Amino acid sequence: MSSILTCKNLSKSFGSKKALDNISFNIERGRIVGLLGPNGSGKSTFIKLCNDLLTPTSGELQIAGNVPGVETKKIVSYLPERTYLNDWMKVSEIIQMFKDFYQDFNSEKAYDMLKRLDINPSERLKTLSKGTKEKVQLILVMSREAQLYLLDEPIGGVDPAARDYILDTIISNYQENATVIISTHLISDVEKILDDIIFLKNGQVVLQKTVDDIREENGKSVDALFREVFKC
Amino acid sequence: MSWDLKSDRPIYSQLIEQIELKICSGIFAPGTKLPSVRELAQDAAVNPNTMQRALSKLEEDGLLYTNRTSGRFVTEDVKMIQQAKHRLAQEQISEFLEKMKSLGFDKSETLSIVSEMLKGAKK
Repeated sequence: MSSILTCKNLSKSFGSKKALDNISFNIERGRIVGLLGPNGSGKSTFIKLCNDLLTPTSGELQIAGNVPGVETKKIVSYLPERTYLNDWMKVSEIIQMFKDFYQDFNSEKAYDMLKRLDINPSERLKTLSKGTKEKVQLILVMSREAQLYLLDEPIGGVDPAARDYILDTIISNYQENATVIISTHLISDVEKILDDIIFLKNGQVVLQKTVDDIREENGKSVDALFREVFKC
Repeated sequence: MSWDLKSDRPIYSQLIEQIELKICSGIFAPGTKLPSVRELAQDAAVNPNTMQRALSKLEEDGLLYTNRTSGRFVTEDVKMIQQAKHRLAQEQISEFLEKMKSLGFDKSETLSIVSEMLKGAKK
């Protein structure tokens, strides 16, 4: 299987601070990957590099053979850590905007998910709660038929029931050879749906393995291992 | 359908056990068609790749078989299901015996407690 994402000796510094320090790995197609690490370990920096929001200080990063840019944005669906949508817009207007923007956007799917989460499409974004806004944003991202989904903290702000629904949405909506990268520190919630995990610590990769290998070798969950590796 | 997954053991081996259990207890009856990988994965709230891996193993073991065009089925070989049932029972019992041992009961003591309780249960 070919890799959807490769990075080689990738580094990103902000002044003298190294946010990512010489990381190298491949991510295959058709996987759900957890990018896990404590606050400040470089998760968001990595995801921003993948979306061309930051440029590498050194090293290489390729998505489906291209460096992040116009070509990769066509195939990458990105959920940023913060919302960037215009507050005054109605949910339905935002859906229209996404449809105009992205060729692979499936508005039928979006309306379907809105209905299941009981969100009224004719409401304006500013009238929605923080959690509901996050749901809307995730719905937009998952309604694209992309090859790579980059989800930065997708479940941080929502209640446990909605969390389950969101994870369910992730499992049931990604295409068979699409890859999903989820950055989070809510490990116990996501570990059942992950194939692989990447542990980041101080900008370096300390572990890349499958969830079942970790459980087999360590006799404990990824969550428990995380607590051990990153013990404060 | 309920799935009970523990967090300290590989997910795929637990899926195998639970599907075996569902086959043995008749929730998935001999010869019936299984739901799709995606449906099963969604139901158990696990990754579809992991579910696929578990189903492939069960297929290798012979409890499931794939009909190329129409999906995945439970074996019609009742004898094989009986064997699986027997194996599961043995696993349960050895686990139980292990626990009794750690409580300090030897084999004959354990046996007498069990037979006593079975007598009680009959009444």
